[in-house]
Amino acid sequence: MLGHRRVYIVPSRLGLFFGATLAILLVGSINYALSLGFALTFLLAGMGLAAMVQTTRNLARLTVRAVRSEPVFAGDAAHFRLGMMNAGDFDRPEILVRHLASNVQQTIDVAAGDSAEAVLAVPAPRRGWLALGRVMLETRFPVGLFRAWSYVEPECRCLVYPRPEASPLPPLAQSARAGGARAHAQGSDDFSGLRTYQPADSPRHVAWKSVARNDTQHARSDAMLTKQFAGDAVAELWLDLGDLPPALGLERRLSRLAGWVLAAERAGALYGLRLPGTGIEPGRGAAHGAACLEALALHRTA
Amino acid sequence: MSKAKPSLSAPPAQRPIAWREFAFLLAGLLIVAGPHALRAPWWLVALTLFLYAWRSAGVWNRSLLPPAWVLVVVVVLGMAGIWLQYRAIFGRTPGMMLLLLFSGLKLLESRHQRDLAAVVFLTWFLAITNFLYTQSIPTALGMCTAVAASVAALVTCAAPRRAPRANLRTASLLLGQAVPAALVLFLLFPRVQGPLWGLPQDAYAGISGLADSMSPGSLSQLTLSDAVAFRVDFPGDTPPRRALYWRGPVMWDFDGRTWRQGNPAMGELDPPASGTRIEYSVLLEPHNRNWLFALEVPASLPPQARYLADGQIVNLTPVRARLRYDIASAIDAEPDPDESRQTLERARRLPPGFNPRARALAESWRGAAPRDADVLVRAIEHFRRERLRYTTEPPILGRDSVDEFLFETREGFCEHYASAFVFLMRSAGVPARVVTGYQGGDMNPVDRRFTVRQSDAHAWSEVFIGGRGWVRVDPTALSVPLRLDAGLERAVAEGGALPLLMRPGLQWLRTLRYNWEALAHQWNLLVLGYNPDRQRELLSMLGMRDADWLDLASTLLVVLGAFVAV
Repeated sequence: MLGHRRVYIVPSRLGLFFGATLAILLVGSINYALSLGFALTFLLAGMGLAAMVQTTRNLARLTVRAVRSEPVFAGDAAHFRLGMMNAGDFDRPEILVRHLASNVQQTIDVAAGDSAEAVLAVPAPRRGWLALGRVMLETRFPVGLFRAWSYVEPECRCLVYPRPEASPLPPLAQSARAGGARAHAQGSDDFSGLRTYQPADSPRHVAWKSVARNDTQHARSDAMLTKQFAGDAVAELWLDLGDLPPALGLERRLSRLAGWVLAAERAGALYGLRLPGTGIEPGRGAAHGAACLEALALHRTA
Repeated sequence: MSKAKPSLSAPPAQRPIAWREFAFLLAGLLIVAGPHALRAPWWLVALTLFLYAWRSAGVWNRSLLPPAWVLVVVVVLGMAGIWLQYRAIFGRTPGMMLLLLFSGLKLLESRHQRDLAAVVFLTWFLAITNFLYTQSIPTALGMCTAVAASVAALVTCAAPRRAPRANLRTASLLLGQAVPAALVLFLLFPRVQGPLWGLPQDAYAGISGLADSMSPGSLSQLTLSDAVAFRVDFPGDTPPRRALYWRGPVMWDFDGRTWRQGNPAMGELDPPASGTRIEYSVLLEPHNRNWLFALEVPASLPPQARYLADGQIVNLTPVRARLRYDIASAIDAEPDPDESRQTLERARRLPPGFNPRARALAESWRGAAPRDADVLVRAIEHFRRERLRYTTEPPILGRDSVDEFLFETREGFCEHYASAFVFLMRSAGVPARVVTGYQGGDMNPVDRRFTVRQSDAHAWSEVFIGGRGWVRVDPTALSVPLRLDAGLERAVAEGGALPLLMRPGLQWLRTLRYNWEALAHQWNLLVLGYNPDRQRELLSMLGMRDADWLDLASTLLVVLGAFVAV
């Protein structure tokens, strides 16, 4: 929860033109000794003054609360949700919420005694924690003659997973060498044939040899074939950073692991994760997947 | 995976104009343009309305909006039309017409909400220029409504997603909050006496009132107007109606058709010793002339006034804003018996070759009566006997206007009577002059103030009688005694043209008018009459004697700052 006190205000470009117009009206009223000209000019001047007060009021004492944001994959947008609470007895329309670092903005209205939520879709290019940073609240309500703004910096961060790379899971042989698959998970089923790979298929069942020729970085899923087994056994899979060639670079390897986590999760496999210095025991389910992805996201980040 | 897309809503400047703000804008514009349209030539009104309608169609379908060259053509044609109409582009009326035209053009040209603000500002200009013509209460209310609508348009631009009613409420709230600050500014903003620069030649055109010349028909036109000439407040006794001769410009020079003021000489006011002294204050409507009006015979002058040798009182500058002055007069005072020979000579001069019959009549009087006073008596008898018909619609007269009036048409208005009487007097060698002004006026029972209207405009004669001085003779009253006692409405025969409110049988309407005028009088006095002098008075009442503009400005800042803080 964050309240903010300091509201800055300056005349907008329109406000400057407004001032010039008032000056002309005033000079005209003096020149022609128009009493009602004075009255109209001063009424407009008073309107400008009231507008200044109302513009400031539109932001002042608005409380901002950061709501937990859901983790996203790098390359996606982190959706930061900011709850705005209006304890006043007046509406606060047209509040522009702008994320300073990315210039992402959204306009919201907060009704009297109500709250509203601004969702800032901030680009998240890199894995790790993404802190929201400074957010500017800006308004020109009610007449656009003034621009008032204020800064808030809610304690708010979003977890960014590595961008998952759609790549074939390591061949079983490699997994075996690394102890990636447990013995009881192998050979108990009878191989019964091949069909086209579908995303829900367990990577373990991909006919890797048939795609080994396509040594491309992004194997197309429709080029892959899935081995079909007569009996559907539970596979236990170890996803290990060490399985991937260091030449790919850490980020690429983490991306590929993230892709594997997703694929393994889709396949309903039991899988574990091995990273240098840490590991996650095999498991399954959304929470397990999130834990694996979090470990990948935070691997060797500050 | 979808790319992160910033949720950029289009900045207001680039949003196309939609109905919700356009409706407010158009409403404001129509209200301010309405009174101007009454003064504009029909083609300009039609063109402006067409431009408004075109833009309205453009809100509905943007493809209907014209390309820029069409606008240029309309500008050129419109300016050419205004030039042909007025033979000028600058000056008050053509300038106003240009402003009207531009309001349509600017509206048509506006594509985005950013442009809309310019139209709002233009609306305010049009609103304030209406006050050049009238600053009445209805005008003020109308312009307030227009300003509210235009502010609502601004609010809608700033908050386009809100309900129009909420935006209208915000606009009203803003203006409501503006009132205290506006009041303080109105009272305390350092007032400077205008004008700051030369005003256009026609700046005060269209203000009605007495002219510096009088020809047949000029006064009768004026008397068809219900407009107020001035209001009078008698703190003490009200003089009798027959004494209510409000003396104005005096006409000396006759060219056969028109009486002119000539060049009056400055004089010294010699307060009369006799008569009943009556003090009163006059609130004079602007008439763009120098003269002030006072009852005969002035006994004291307001400070800014000068006295002319023929008894006129003039202001140093033309009266272009409502002017209030305190003055005193002596009723039924004896005239000053001395007059310079030159002046008397001038008061006998006539152009040769006009009105032979009237001349012959006057000479016959002179032949029978050696003394000026006797000639006067004969002339008065003549007017009493002849019973010339009094009408506000006098027939058009030819070259010998006095002859035609006296012997042929035998009907006319007070300027005919006065002109004929003075002509007869001068023909007989008796010094005489035409005096124009107002006669009578009516008392408002609500605030007990006298109101003198243009319809009370009158012309009479003054004749110089040796040993007595200048004597007032009202030939109209001689012929039509009712004129004096009952005012215009009784004197004009049935069916004659009269201002609506002067017609009998509309008592309730009159009551309503009296109340309205009492209100209007306060409005004139307190709002429109607030000027640098009144400001000084107010400040000295507040204990700020001899406040200069710096004191005012600092007081103002403090008060306004307090408003903002609260």
